[in-house]
Amino acid sequence: MNWVSSNLDLVWELTLAHIALSVPPIVVGFLLSVPIGWIANRFRLTRGTILVVLGLLYTIPSLPLFIFMPLILGTPLLSSLNVSVALTIYAVALMVRTAADGLASVDKDVLQAASAMGYSGWQRFWRVELPLSGPVLLAGLRVVSASTVSLATIGSVVGVTSLGYLFINGFQRNIPAEVVSGIVAVLLIAVVFDLLLVLLGRVTLPWSRRERTGSPRSARQRTALLAGGVS
Amino acid sequence: MIEFRSVTKQFPDGTVAVDSFDLVIPPRKTTVLVGSSGCGKTTLLRMINRMIDPSSGSILIDGEDTGSLEPVKLRRRIGYVMQNSGLMPHRKVIDNVATVPILSGVPKKKARDDAMALLDTVGLDRSLALKYPRQLSGGQQQRVGVARGLAADPNILLMDEPFGAVDPIVRAELQQETIRLQDGLGKTVVFVTHDIDEAFLLGHQVVILQKGGHIAQVGTPAEILAHPANDFVASFVGADRGKRALRIQRVGDRDVVVDENGTPTGVLQP
Repeated sequence: MNWVSSNLDLVWELTLAHIALSVPPIVVGFLLSVPIGWIANRFRLTRGTILVVLGLLYTIPSLPLFIFMPLILGTPLLSSLNVSVALTIYAVALMVRTAADGLASVDKDVLQAASAMGYSGWQRFWRVELPLSGPVLLAGLRVVSASTVSLATIGSVVGVTSLGYLFINGFQRNIPAEVVSGIVAVLLIAVVFDLLLVLLGRVTLPWSRRERTGSPRSARQRTALLAGGVS
Repeated sequence: MIEFRSVTKQFPDGTVAVDSFDLVIPPRKTTVLVGSSGCGKTTLLRMINRMIDPSSGSILIDGEDTGSLEPVKLRRRIGYVMQNSGLMPHRKVIDNVATVPILSGVPKKKARDDAMALLDTVGLDRSLALKYPRQLSGGQQQRVGVARGLAADPNILLMDEPFGAVDPIVRAELQQETIRLQDGLGKTVVFVTHDIDEAFLLGHQVVILQKGGHIAQVGTPAEILAHPANDFVASFVGADRGKRALRIQRVGDRDVVVDENGTPTGVLQP
């Protein structure tokens, strides 16, 4: 505990660096996966190929991938972009199948009804298919988030600052408290990210909750509604 | 008026669902397409709003060839009610009803106010407006489906077996409601069902279909009952099973109507 109290600044600094390293791959991975998943579903023949090939990317060991990134991207050896891009690849590998399954899980009757109502293809995607696959997409995103936060630690091996530094340094100098605080910090980030995602789901997908009990807000709306116009 | 002119639909797998079909659907009346599964009735219905495009032939609405119209715009001005309601599970009841007006650019506030009034029209309590579809019973969902079909105030309302999945009591209720609505609003309703009793109840014009969209008979329910065109029609409407052959039996001082099996079906009013 002594080590922690005297190195709080370092842990905090590394935590922020770790978050900065993890967030872009999660976001970009998600944004890439949804259209790729959509394309995979669109053309039945390509579905198998796309999903298997992208899924296999996850089996590439992370350390070699981090090391090879500068060769592929032409980036400097110590650039954090190497790790970001590699983590994005893993995020896509994890997310694409979920995205494809999520989009395919939308009730065909509902899609048919949407077309019959006069949604154009584009409107139908944004207003019906995407929101209705939301719960599945969110479940996939939570897995991607946890995976990315944990993988980002390996970045420290190739010299990109993250909480992984505490593992390496702690092992080398035999300071167990340092290693443990690294683990705890990584876990905390993963848990906080997960909670934020659950909260995001609550806000954006209110219809998917099991049963709505009359919240104060909905009660207020109902009163306003019964009194006359719709707010 | 909707007019089918030698419409044929062959699906990519080679099935001919409809073969040179001709029919005139009169305005402001209910026309029921009735037949067993595979007779092409749903295909016919979906060709009206171009959910399905005919392989050949044309469909005219008030003299205008639908083939020359933009499908999305066409669909927005034709109401559509389907089996299992097809409501958007992620939109509240009120927003489901307001779907088409909002798509057509009506301001959200006005669309929602209008949708509220429509809930009254279809006999739904306004307190359901902010619920999600799955919080409603099957019958209530179906009413929301009807309200949604009416929201853009279309001249034409297409109904694809809308009451197929609700229990008999609720179905009878919804059928009466449909008759009441049609009387009041005077829409051109095209209704698809496999239930001949439903067809006779709702239809001003009934079209009995055989496999491949061949018309076995077109007429008012009374015409069809009085003169079934062939054995198929007679069997389909139940005339061959004695269900429609009624006779009068004197019971005390009342005339009771019984069918061929002797089952009483009603009392003749003086």
